Amino acid sequence: MQNPKLPLIKNLFDLLSSMRFAVSLLSILGVASIIGTVLKQNEPYENYIVKFGQFWFGLFETLGLYDVYHSGWFLVILLFLVISTSFCIYRNTPMMLREWRTFKEHATEKSLHAFSHQATFHQVADTEGAKQKLLGFLAAKGFQYKIRQQADGSELVAAKAGTHQRWGYIFTHVAMVVILFGGLLDGNLPFKIQELLGQKRIETLDIPLSQVPAESRMSTGNPSFRGNMTLPEGASSNVAFIRVRDGYLVQELPFAVALKDFRIEHYATGQPKSFESDLLIIDPALKEPITKTISVNHPLTYKGIAIYQSDFQDGGTELNFNVWNLFSPNNQAQNLTGAIFDKAKLGDGDKALSVEFNDFRKFNIINLSPDGKGKPHNVGPNVTYKLRDNRGQAIEYVTYMQPMQIDGKFYFISGMRETVQDEFRYLRIPADDDLSLQEFMNFRATMLDATQYEKIARKIADSSLDMNKDKTIRTQFETSIVRLLSVFAEGGYNQVARMIEEYVPEAERETSAATYIKMINIAAYEAYNLSLAQQKKPPLGQGTEVEMRLRESLNAFSDMFFYGVPYYLQLEQFEHKEASGLQLTKSPGQKWVYLGSVLLVLGIFAMMYIRERRIWFYLKPSENQVHFAMASNRKNLDFEQEFDLYRNQLTSLIS
Amino acid sequence: MSNLLDYQQKPLLQQLGWQDWLYAVILLIGAVFAFTKYAHYMDAYEVGFLFGTAMLSSYMGWRWRALAKLVLAVGLVSLIAVSLYQGSLERVSQVFFLKFLIASQSAIMWMNVLFFLAMATYWLALYRRSAFTANVASSLTWVAVFFGFVGLMVRWYESYLIAPEVGHIPVSNLYEVFVLFCLITALLYLHYEQKLNTKQLGGFVLLVINAAVGFILWYTFDREAHGIQPLVPALQSYWMKIHVPANFVGYGAFSLAAMVALAYLLAAKGILASRLPSLDVLDDLMYKAIAVGFAFFTIATILGAMWAAEAWGGYWSWDPKETWALIVWLNYAAWLHLRMVKGLRGPTLAWWSLIGLLITTFAFLGVNMFLSGLHSYGTL
Repeated sequence: MQNPKLPLIKNLFDLLSSMRFAVSLLSILGVASIIGTVLKQNEPYENYIVKFGQFWFGLFETLGLYDVYHSGWFLVILLFLVISTSFCIYRNTPMMLREWRTFKEHATEKSLHAFSHQATFHQVADTEGAKQKLLGFLAAKGFQYKIRQQADGSELVAAKAGTHQRWGYIFTHVAMVVILFGGLLDGNLPFKIQELLGQKRIETLDIPLSQVPAESRMSTGNPSFRGNMTLPEGASSNVAFIRVRDGYLVQELPFAVALKDFRIEHYATGQPKSFESDLLIIDPALKEPITKTISVNHPLTYKGIAIYQSDFQDGGTELNFNVWNLFSPNNQAQNLTGAIFDKAKLGDGDKALSVEFNDFRKFNIINLSPDGKGKPHNVGPNVTYKLRDNRGQAIEYVTYMQPMQIDGKFYFISGMRETVQDEFRYLRIPADDDLSLQEFMNFRATMLDATQYEKIARKIADSSLDMNKDKTIRTQFETSIVRLLSVFAEGGYNQVARMIEEYVPEAERETSAATYIKMINIAAYEAYNLSLAQQKKPPLGQGTEVEMRLRESLNAFSDMFFYGVPYYLQLEQFEHKEASGLQLTKSPGQKWVYLGSVLLVLGIFAMMYIRERRIWFYLKPSENQVHFAMASNRKNLDFEQEFDLYRNQLTSLIS
Repeated sequence: MSNLLDYQQKPLLQQLGWQDWLYAVILLIGAVFAFTKYAHYMDAYEVGFLFGTAMLSSYMGWRWRALAKLVLAVGLVSLIAVSLYQGSLERVSQVFFLKFLIASQSAIMWMNVLFFLAMATYWLALYRRSAFTANVASSLTWVAVFFGFVGLMVRWYESYLIAPEVGHIPVSNLYEVFVLFCLITALLYLHYEQKLNTKQLGGFVLLVINAAVGFILWYTFDREAHGIQPLVPALQSYWMKIHVPANFVGYGAFSLAAMVALAYLLAAKGILASRLPSLDVLDDLMYKAIAVGFAFFTIATILGAMWAAEAWGGYWSWDPKETWALIVWLNYAAWLHLRMVKGLRGPTLAWWSLIGLLITTFAFLGVNMFLSGLHSYGTL
């Protein structure tokens, strides 16, 4: 009691090495692991803010829930598991080794009689002969034995089998420590420590590589990492990016990787069959670069760094657009060129918009059947871009290059949304007989051209017989058509509705709306023919087809006021360039984990399928009797059956 | 009796009769034939698997004669099916035997029906305490297993008929692994049925198998997900051939344990107690099943980690499937600790292994349904 601290330390040691503590840790680890499977990990932080709101977002961030498995507290649980298991090994290994080695030949006659599994064979006349038989029996059953003479002339045969089972304990528990050690080696512990010391920090801004400061760069000496590299065809790089929380680190590599070619092969059904990258490893230490094709499941390892085919994206596809100004009475398109990840400008002055080309996809497998039961098929390329005004507000667009066939008719489709959370809302423009946008654009230009309205009004008046009788009525009629067309040109059906609400008494609104829609239809018919005539094309006939075409053109015209910007970008040509997504990992812990795994499997099989059993024969020549006792460290049915079998066999052997 | 009292045990190789050797030779010839015919499509690992399977099946057939008969029957009938196809998938609707019996879909349907009948018969046997009925149930289960394996073997062949590049071992999607699950669970059960000489548990074990059968039927008729799909690039690896079956030995054994636990809990409350094996036997069987499951589940998880290191760039990514595999593993590790070290027995462990089935089912199915991740091969 001189050192009062000792019991405390001992208690702590007992606690940490106790199985109750270990099982509790396993349970906590299990529950903690669930969090990371329920909450999607490593998403962009904006998604979490939108999902949880600012308050919960902050709380969860503090708790490290967005990357549970690399959070401090999770590592602490793992650390405790290592400590607990190590103490457990330290405490129990000597006993296990003792049990493995010993024959327990010091058992006394008395103690053997206290066994639950025992039998005494009487009237064994020839104990020496019986002994030889028993030794033969033990050998046949795979037991090793040791004989010990007793003071009274008796002999004790102590035998054991399956004590290698004890190694199972040692192997499995050492395996856990080795696996966790390997895992820790591959974790980001060095960075975490450096971050705590203030030597390193993650970069959260999207800045050019050359501007990333040294404190956000990891040197080639970093023992373990898992980073990504996106290489467009023809490009090379000697850094990888490691995603950490809402930012990244730049990992420098001791060599450069260049992508010569990236290929996607497809099955006949259209599903991707393989992703392959032809890589070039450029290292000053090499005379010639290494050429190697990698694919999924077939990585390349160089200088301890494994390079995997992980994904792919656009590599800066060059794009060529026709751009229409939707609200100008001009039917001519301007040309616009750009490339994915580049920017371009539309318009001038205050109203200028910056175009950010985000993504190009050559294949889009979509199910267009109305009931969703038809087969999905490829609808061709689309391009995703953002149009940003000078206040920084942006709208995202996705526009398909080719018209899509819906219910037997072809439409040009372009979707827009204001935030990432929104669904795209689509503008649907009917394609003309040449599968182009031009006819609609001509019609649109005519509808917007105020100088044409009188001509249209006159045409309608001409074709309407009663109008020719009275000049004033005719003039009134023409004026109202001109006015209706200019209202429609300001905002489509919506604007007309607003006008009705403003000027027409409520009781008459329905009838006048019907009249207006009819008049718009008639006017649109004339406008359409006018636009056709300008192109020296034959005018529209009559019939449901034509009505349909008109209705859809008017709908598209009306919807374009909700399109957000006055520009429609139609992709004309592209030069596809792909980029391969590579993952680069350095994983010094892997061999430890594998070593631990081998130990674990060996240990589990040893523990469960090697059965430790002990047999004692106490031979007493003086009383012509043999006492048989049997024990196992695990009492189960197998043991009971074996004992019964052995007892019967021994009875017939020596009695 | 004299045989039992003779303590001298002959090693396995000396116990073998000519039938055993013939069986092994047939398997070896089959393997050599496959090797000479298809070696250029296989990598070194797959050649290893081919001969490894022949040797493992020989050994298992020697230890368990009934299995040897199954292997030969499945092999023979599958070869007949292959020959009936004559290299054309269209023949599935033209040839009577294919259409109604041994084309993969038909065979699997037979499996479903037979498993259901087997379950009903096992319960009838339990109710009537009839040994004869129990024997019938056992035979029905064997025939169901036979049809299931024929279905998978023929499906394997059919996948190559679609196109050589599409061909793959049928363990690649939920439909296929559910069939595998039924077969492995049934085989594990049949093994213990023979070993413990008790047929009373069949009705319980077939409950879980029939739940899987129900899923297969729903998946087939409602989702029409029984078609053969080509493999996504990540699955094109020899690892699939060992990772998936090892996993399903684990799942199957855990399910078996849970069903035995159910029987245990009922018997412990006196329900059906007179018809079921003793609690000690049930407890022991539950332990053995979990031990087998745990060993295989460990191996499967390690194989999965090694595959992940090759396909995804890291042996452990905390993907939901991986994490839930860990949770399942931790669960049974704790179960085994309490039983082996603390010597815990009885209803607690039975309840635990029953609840363990829920965790296992979530890992197996729930992760695919509710969570997304790298393992998204089988969505519902």
